[in-house]
Amino acid sequence: MTSQSAFRDALLDPSKAVPDGLEGAAHSPAGKRYSVYRNNVTHSLIAALQTAFPLVRKILGAHSFDSLAPIYVRAHPPTSPLMMHYGAEFPTFLATLPQLSKLGYLRDCARLDAAMRVSYHAADASPFDLEWFQQLPPDQIMAQKLHIAPSVCVLRSGWPLFDIWRFNMVEGAAKPEMQAQDVMISRPEFDPEPVLLPQGAAVWLDHLAQGETLGDAYEAAVVSAPEFDLAASLAIAFSQGVFRNITGSEHVETS
Amino acid sequence: MLDSARRFENLPASPGVGYKPQHFTDLQRDPGRVEWIEIHAENYMGDGGRPLAQLRALSERFALSVHGVGLSIGGETPLDREHLTRLKKLCDWAQPASFSEHLAWSTHGAEFLNDLLPLPYTEKTLTRVASHIAQVQETLGRQMLLENPSSYLVFAESTRSETEFLKELVNRTGCGLLLDVNNVFISATNLGLSAQAYIDAYPLAHVGEIHVGGHDEDTDDKGAPLLIDSHGKPVVDPVWALLDYTLAKTGPKPVLVEWDNDVPDWPTLRAETERAAKALAA
Repeated sequence: MTSQSAFRDALLDPSKAVPDGLEGAAHSPAGKRYSVYRNNVTHSLIAALQTAFPLVRKILGAHSFDSLAPIYVRAHPPTSPLMMHYGAEFPTFLATLPQLSKLGYLRDCARLDAAMRVSYHAADASPFDLEWFQQLPPDQIMAQKLHIAPSVCVLRSGWPLFDIWRFNMVEGAAKPEMQAQDVMISRPEFDPEPVLLPQGAAVWLDHLAQGETLGDAYEAAVVSAPEFDLAASLAIAFSQGVFRNITGSEHVETS
Repeated sequence: MLDSARRFENLPASPGVGYKPQHFTDLQRDPGRVEWIEIHAENYMGDGGRPLAQLRALSERFALSVHGVGLSIGGETPLDREHLTRLKKLCDWAQPASFSEHLAWSTHGAEFLNDLLPLPYTEKTLTRVASHIAQVQETLGRQMLLENPSSYLVFAESTRSETEFLKELVNRTGCGLLLDVNNVFISATNLGLSAQAYIDAYPLAHVGEIHVGGHDEDTDDKGAPLLIDSHGKPVVDPVWALLDYTLAKTGPKPVLVEWDNDVPDWPTLRAETERAAKALAA
């Protein structure tokens, strides 16, 4: 009998012998026929990583990426049939490889790729009522709680993450210079986009996400970055569809 | 639920295509003979965004087949209840005319191996697969279609032919069948059997859908032909001939053209569906 454990064990390990009890035509040994499954499994998982981590693959080059991917695939096979989630440990895995230790920013680049995919599949948001917000009396604005759309993700990086993304993915973009950058991934409609956040905006969004009022989140942002510009941050958030609706004293939620 | 959608009780006995997002606009502007589409269930299990929006739009015009590739019905371990719940959610929302899965396994323990792996055909596996199919049909509240695999090898322990195995699964569970004639051609070539004899022995009365697709050609250790199911090329003439042979026995059935890798432009794929339409009209 060939158990599924035995069949599986040799799939991701080419050094292991073909399991017993498998045959080709006319009772010949299975040999290369078993390798079809080996190839299918390994190649399909590598292809999934290629799709999921375009920025990392651009930085490393296709050849290096494709030679590292099998190591990850063997160490971290998927744990769910939803391949849209495959590769969650890839950023950490990259950071553990000694041969990549000089590319300190690679882990954050992998996190950016992962965040783009999560954003792509995130739940749709009910449209934000900008007109209502703009008609609020000034004294009420800071009491509002702004809800952040599920497709929004903020990455705080010690590297020039946004500039690295642009340099690799946008033709003609300038070479990155060393600085810390906060990047927001958002999805105005269906296509996630990285946006460079101004100083303090990541803290501001984080506090809003925790359910704080606009006023409290503003205070927190100013503490972290005295130059925090609320109007500019609101403008970015509105243009990127960051908010999904508002709960405030005079607003009735519709969803 | 997709409340704006036209409801289709059954897939039409006409050509369908495996839906690829790059064909979204072309498919609506110029569907040719295509009346229905098939999607891989797992690609539409996200929470929102473009995949679900496209599905919503397409289901207003095309009948829908939801085709699972991750349920591991042939697995030794119990079905993944979480995944079954996701399937139910998708089917309840999309209300497809058909749901199908594979006679294969892909999950082992906590691992998902992302391929359709083979199983021996024995009394023990028959009992297990039948109980898994019954569980799926009960959970989804609908009949499912089960697809025959493409085989590269056989298990020494098998005591039944694939067609006997499928026949018995139909008897025990009341499931329908998805007959992939490309898989039949691949398996027959790889195992030195007759594809027509397979069709002759197959329980054709229970076929709810037919697949055709492309495959790659290789050789085994002894230089014998080894065909590999790749869905990355046009359907070859012997597979079209096998479709003709099958349809002559069954009458018109929903025929799906599968092209999942190296996806061509829409006119190329549409031409394949026109060939399927010709087979259906013969």
